[in-house]
Amino acid sequence: MRCLVVDDSKVIRMIARNMLQELGFDIVEAENGQEALAVCKQSFPEAILLDWNMPVMDGIEFLRALRALPGGDAPKVVFCTTENDLNNIRTALEAGANEYIMKPFDNEIMQAKLSQVGLL
Amino acid sequence: MSDPKNGEDLARQLLDIQRKEPGSVGIEDVSLVVASIMDAARKELAGADKSVLQEILGLSDYIDGTKREIAALRPDEVKSQHLPTAADELDEIVAETADATNRIMDATEAIMGVMGDVDEKSGEIIGDASNKIFEACSFQDITGQRVTKVVKALKEIENKVDSLIEALGDEIATFKDAQPEIAAEQCVSEITDESLLEGPQLSGEAMSQDEIDKLLNG
Repeated sequence: MRCLVVDDSKVIRMIARNMLQELGFDIVEAENGQEALAVCKQSFPEAILLDWNMPVMDGIEFLRALRALPGGDAPKVVFCTTENDLNNIRTALEAGANEYIMKPFDNEIMQAKLSQVGLL
Repeated sequence: MSDPKNGEDLARQLLDIQRKEPGSVGIEDVSLVVASIMDAARKELAGADKSVLQEILGLSDYIDGTKREIAALRPDEVKSQHLPTAADELDEIVAETADATNRIMDATEAIMGVMGDVDEKSGEIIGDASNKIFEACSFQDITGQRVTKVVKALKEIENKVDSLIEALGDEIATFKDAQPEIAAEQCVSEITDESLLEGPQLSGEAMSQDEIDKLLNG
């Protein structure tokens, strides 16, 4: 299975890559929503781990654009962000997020959330 | 309070004018009416509202005093020196922690790379420890975002200080001319070991080890 990790922080991308590879995912990385959208237009990954605050195109804008694409409802999207306000969570779910992970995250929570969306 | 007598006089004069034949109202009649109006207005200002005027003058003095006190705090200095320094220091924190974190993670990856070269049990220990290091490194992303929020708040404060400086106008210049000398005198008389310490310098401003070595070795 392929997972697209979208985060402007190299550190977070490395952490996520390390965790997800151990869980058997092939990893593709993007630094912002625009790059991620370009990846998705080529071929949809099964999973997307998505940050909210990013330059160029933020996570929520990307998610709305993704879900508007034909077949864009297929990838399971897990938001992974420091935005823990209830309104943010509601906005993310309304935009089409499947799960929500608070940063900082660990292996355990990552596995639990991926299981909940049926990816493990 | 208006004088009722003045009002009655004015009303009578106006009535007299109205009763006169059109075209027979003379300049004297008009000047009498105008004089009555001016008299009434003068009495109005000189009478009961005097206390209000005093209060307004008092308020004006108070505002002037407050303006002087705020100007004496030198908000221009806060804008030109303190705020940029604070923002630069914070940017440096973000850059340095990001750099350090990347190096920690690169080193951890290198350690993980040799996991296969050791026995299974040791490999497992190395793997677990490396994962914990990776997880812990996420602090950099979070602290970075927090610091960015603080920098934004500083920018907001800078805008407010700008407005304050604009509102105070020339008031600041008075203190700007007077205060640098006082500050300089204080610096000369209060040099202590502690006052010489400035902590880590911003990159670009700091002396390199090479420069220090050159200085020490003549």
